[in-house]
Amino acid sequence: MNNADSLSASDDGPIIVAGDADLPAYTAAGHGMMSCHHCGTVWQEVRDHEDCQRCGTPLHMRKPHSIMRSWAFLIAACIMYIPANLMPVMVTKTLLGTQQDTIMSGVIYFWVSGSWELAAIIFIASFLVPLFKLASLILLTLTAQKRSRWRRLQRAKLYRLVEIIGRWSMLDVFVVSLLAGLVQIEGFAKITAGFGVLAFASVVVLTMLAALSFDPRLTWDSNDTEPTANQSKRLLRN
Amino acid sequence: MREVPDLIACEGCDALYRKVSLRRGEIAHCPRCGTELDRDAGRQRERILPLTVASLIMFMIANSFPIVEIELQGLRSQTTLFGAVLSLTTEGMSLVAMLVLATTILFPLLQLLFLLYLLLSLRKQHRPAGFRWLVRAMQNLRPWGMVEVFLLGVLVAVVKLSNMATVIPGVALWAFGVLTVLLTAVVSFNPRHFWQMAFAGDDASGKDHKGISP
Repeated sequence: MNNADSLSASDDGPIIVAGDADLPAYTAAGHGMMSCHHCGTVWQEVRDHEDCQRCGTPLHMRKPHSIMRSWAFLIAACIMYIPANLMPVMVTKTLLGTQQDTIMSGVIYFWVSGSWELAAIIFIASFLVPLFKLASLILLTLTAQKRSRWRRLQRAKLYRLVEIIGRWSMLDVFVVSLLAGLVQIEGFAKITAGFGVLAFASVVVLTMLAALSFDPRLTWDSNDTEPTANQSKRLLRN
Repeated sequence: MREVPDLIACEGCDALYRKVSLRRGEIAHCPRCGTELDRDAGRQRERILPLTVASLIMFMIANSFPIVEIELQGLRSQTTLFGAVLSLTTEGMSLVAMLVLATTILFPLLQLLFLLYLLLSLRKQHRPAGFRWLVRAMQNLRPWGMVEVFLLGVLVAVVKLSNMATVIPGVALWAFGVLTVLLTAVVSFNPRHFWQMAFAGDDASGKDHKGISP
């Protein structure tokens, strides 16, 4: 199994020949090696579920049940996305009466009152980003499940983008929380959080968990691309 | 089970690379999928301790004073971050309150305290108790600290309120601003470097200054 020995023994320089997504690469899995998810140490002659000797984390070739876990979180997020957009996130009680705001009505309020920058921020963070995240993660999970080779580099970039922007959808949850804490003037004005906030927060957490359970390496795993040992050696010499 | 010390596997696509020394400030990316493989933390290592201490001080200020104060018809109202969490709890939104508490207070604080403890004990050249657990916890906490998102939320809330009341920014607002800048620098320090720092003495090769080359 271990042509890794011969690899390690070869001269300095890259042991990968691939300059882009289309060339086969030397992968850890292809050489029976596993890297620790936490400390990054590479091990060989290792079995699945064995603990990393450096940090103690169980080692896995790929995140366990990655596709199934991602689907579970994604389906739950899709369900919660509906009340998150339909239920009020903020309830304002003033002398003039009670007003219930959903995420979109908040955006419209800012747009109409002239602060279009704020309308844009909230629209992007609270509506576009969660929708984009759900769509992207569904696409990534689906293509990984099919072991598709379609646009792998773009899919890798998409995953990194989803990881970076994920947290910013919490914006509206923080806005409502702060307003609810601040505007408590008896008799004049009182702001409370609506049920929509709970649904919305759960969408954010569920999509973040889905992104964390997804293993980006699955995007690159496909049966036909793993080079055989002989191919690998030939590529290395070229 | 055998360690392969001179290799690194890309977290994004599992491609194997040989480690090489990185120059100051250099970042290595996987040429196949573009994922960051490693970055040189040389200068960061000297700065990280003072930055952590400064962050903790700012964190205390940011959470002890009111963020904003509003004035409406002569009536005033103000709140701290924790006050906002408390009022969510009393409104029956305890789950949301817990999430806000965790992402803006608890997780960032734990991250800073763990970092301080680890850095101080490594300075005295010993691997502290619970080292493995703490470094792993720090890795897990990383995506869930959201102080910078909260700061943007405060700014949005301030503009929203300025239409209906007089808004007076509090001390904590500025402290949150500074804290966000400091935390950006602190969080960019990958806890993985702790493994290299702690095990640097074990092998003579001095792996800690090595990076990877594609």
